[in-house]
Amino acid sequence: MADRPLTRNDFPLAEKFPNRVTGHRGKSLGDLTLETVLAGDVEMEDLRITPNALLQQAEIARSAGRAALAQNFERAAEMTRMPQEEIMKIYELLRPGRTRSIENLLDITQRLRFDFEAPLLAQLVEEAASTYEKRGLFTTRY
Amino acid sequence: MINSYDANRWKRFDEWDERPLRHDQFAAEDPENGFSAFNGAADPSPGLKVENGEVTSMDGVAARDFDMIDAFIAAHHLDVDVAEEAMAIPAEQLARMLVDMNVPRAELVRLARGLTPARLAEAVAQLNAIEIAFAYSKMRARRTPGNQAHVTNAKDDPLQLAADAAVAVALGFDEIETTMRVARNSWSNALACCVGSVVGRAGTLFQCSSEEAEELEIGMAGFTSYAETVSVYGTESAFIDGDDTPWSKAWLTAAYASRGIKMRCTSGAASELLMGYHEAKSLLYLEARCLCIQRGMGSQGTQNGGIDGAPLASSIPGGVREIWAENLLAVWLDLECASGNDARHSESEMRVAAKVLPFLIGGSDLICSGFGSILKYDNSFNPSSFNGEELEEFLVLQRDFEADGGLTSIEDASALDLRRRAIDALSHVLKDLNLAAPTEIMKRSVAAASGSNDTKSFTPRDVAMISDKINRQRITVLDVIRSLHRGGFVPEAQNLLFLVKLRVSGDYLQTSAIIRDGHVISAINDPNDYTGPGTGYRLTETRRKELAAIRNVLDREEVLRREAASEPAEARAIEYSTMGPAKRGTDPHEVVVGISPGFGTKIFRTLAGLPLSKVLKALRDGIEKEGGRMRLMRIRHTADTSFLGLSAARLSGSGIGIGIQSKGTAVIHQKNRLPHNNLELFSNAPVTSLDHYHALGENAARYARGELPAPVVVLTQGEALGARFHARVALTYAIETRMTENNASPEMVEINFLGDT
Repeated sequence: MADRPLTRNDFPLAEKFPNRVTGHRGKSLGDLTLETVLAGDVEMEDLRITPNALLQQAEIARSAGRAALAQNFERAAEMTRMPQEEIMKIYELLRPGRTRSIENLLDITQRLRFDFEAPLLAQLVEEAASTYEKRGLFTTRY
Repeated sequence: MINSYDANRWKRFDEWDERPLRHDQFAAEDPENGFSAFNGAADPSPGLKVENGEVTSMDGVAARDFDMIDAFIAAHHLDVDVAEEAMAIPAEQLARMLVDMNVPRAELVRLARGLTPARLAEAVAQLNAIEIAFAYSKMRARRTPGNQAHVTNAKDDPLQLAADAAVAVALGFDEIETTMRVARNSWSNALACCVGSVVGRAGTLFQCSSEEAEELEIGMAGFTSYAETVSVYGTESAFIDGDDTPWSKAWLTAAYASRGIKMRCTSGAASELLMGYHEAKSLLYLEARCLCIQRGMGSQGTQNGGIDGAPLASSIPGGVREIWAENLLAVWLDLECASGNDARHSESEMRVAAKVLPFLIGGSDLICSGFGSILKYDNSFNPSSFNGEELEEFLVLQRDFEADGGLTSIEDASALDLRRRAIDALSHVLKDLNLAAPTEIMKRSVAAASGSNDTKSFTPRDVAMISDKINRQRITVLDVIRSLHRGGFVPEAQNLLFLVKLRVSGDYLQTSAIIRDGHVISAINDPNDYTGPGTGYRLTETRRKELAAIRNVLDREEVLRREAASEPAEARAIEYSTMGPAKRGTDPHEVVVGISPGFGTKIFRTLAGLPLSKVLKALRDGIEKEGGRMRLMRIRHTADTSFLGLSAARLSGSGIGIGIQSKGTAVIHQKNRLPHNNLELFSNAPVTSLDHYHALGENAARYARGELPAPVVVLTQGEALGARFHARVALTYAIETRMTENNASPEMVEINFLGDT
């Protein structure tokens, strides 16, 4: 893949760089064939997007003037490191009135930073926490 | 019969009351109570203050008083580097830029990042309906238009889902969406549509609308490729009532991307009003807030334009213009737009067609965010604007306007094959993975069925068990690919693998991405480059022909073929003998009937389907009943009814003639009248019966006697006869005019009725 930041001219990655786009276990798109699937050599992990691919899509989005979309891809890149249950647990806590205190959310920002190396996600949760406090959202709804 | 002389109401109102339109309920404008499309009682004035790169006040609210929506928009939507420049532009000027083809889309998109919700709303509110429509077409993100289908049924029957998904794919839908009658059936619906959607072609994106966590899980198992259930609201209270915040939704947005699943948010006018938290703000202003949140969250797109609130929005004055305006805001904010036109906003078909028109003729990323590809009663989302019932009307609208609505006609014969293939593929997978054992009767009943009322298939209990098994056994898309291959469904296995591989590169996560011909196209590599006539999306000649190719199209050969089919019967019923040049008659009782060149030679039935032999017999009997005598001649220099009649009259001993075209249009004429000033005209041939021709003959004979009979009236029931017949009329008439010869004189014709006529 190019050493420079990617631009819209590098899109779509699957067509421009088919052998350098890989799944989570390092298999390239070229390795994902009907034959390898039938042989049992392909697992769902091989079909999962990597942080690298998301960061590349972020570069392309940014080059097309879509910084907000790029930031979402960057947050998503961090999230690829998190198990599904963890993602859903934090989602649940971010919903209104799921926790009585800001501390619970701030604990999560710590975990995001240190356990998952996810500073952007941590920042998002931090921001939510301070807004929820201002707007009185730490009151349980059921 | 009701005596209406003393009625106290004009009867027309009773008739209007019976129209489908009157099922629609309309609401009075009431800005204090949230019933205002554009001018809410509490809509703020646009404004923005930025100090040291921080927003200190937005749309009249100081930062310390921001609710969570203001706070999110200020932090994530507003680009302070552009804000000062953008906010300095008056709304009127922004509005003009939106409709100015010389101002590029990219420039407006750049400015939108610095505009507050109130200013965005103020700018689009300046535009009238046609300006909004034009601006939408200029501002939408991807050049090539697309469309999305609902595939559901009232029984959650997987066999029918597979068959209907395959049909939706064949029709050209870029995305298909399912949902369930019973929540626990989600895995079964997902598997069924997933298999059906890979029959025939690869690359149709699929979503299964269900509870958030489960929807993500189904996506992770590889059955679905996109989602659009992440709803956003324009007031804080409505958002909380919806059990979310902009941050929890931003979290979900990232979650979908992190699993390589395409996602768009959903918002639409009047959801806040429906939920009881409108804050006395207009539909448009609240929607502007929703859309700024979505852009700020980094969603690539939105399902927007009324959506479930469309019926309520449309009950308010200007509500439909507002729905168009919010779609315009979505694309101005550079979001992919699945432009509503799903939840049916009216019982009136005219209101439905009028609302969809700008998106059909101007294009949209997904014109309908749920076109009911199935029958209304099978739509588990509720009826759409267009449904299985009206699908061909959409195809014809595409043809009428030469506008690409994303769909292509399917052929009668291939549809059933396709359905059988999808049913066979899914049946194999269900058996092979020990999920269920569909019988031949089930399969056959579904293949031919138009809707679930006609099927003998799985019961709701069976479906719940299938669904539970898929979930419990942790079946993934890889199991399905292998199973399809084992059953010999190799192209389907290939297509499904193609689809799940898309998530590895994430190319289809970019704005407005769909798959066409095996390639991802999006706002990145297929950007809308409209800058005036000749630019932007244009039909190729191939596509134009596809749009034109609807069912049952008539041409000249078809007319001649149909006529030739009735020729033998006419040959057995009547014999025409040409007796040389026609002479002027002297018999004061004669009525000359002038027939057109193709009458009984190329054309054998009237537009009403009457054999011409019977028409002539009715005319003769009518004439003779009133003591007249019919003399027949073929007029060869014209096929025009008036001139046929006048030519006949001028050769008639009584001065009265009848002109009749082979399609059945007839006239009674008199020799000294002007060509178009006839005595009686039968212009509605499709509804003219033998009794009418008989009466025409009677009247002609009475005119010959110097009487003034009551004209024969051919009543219509208001049929659009032009729509039903004019193509055939024009083709038939052209056949006749081609047979005319300049200066050819009329020929005497003797007829002999054969058999029992």
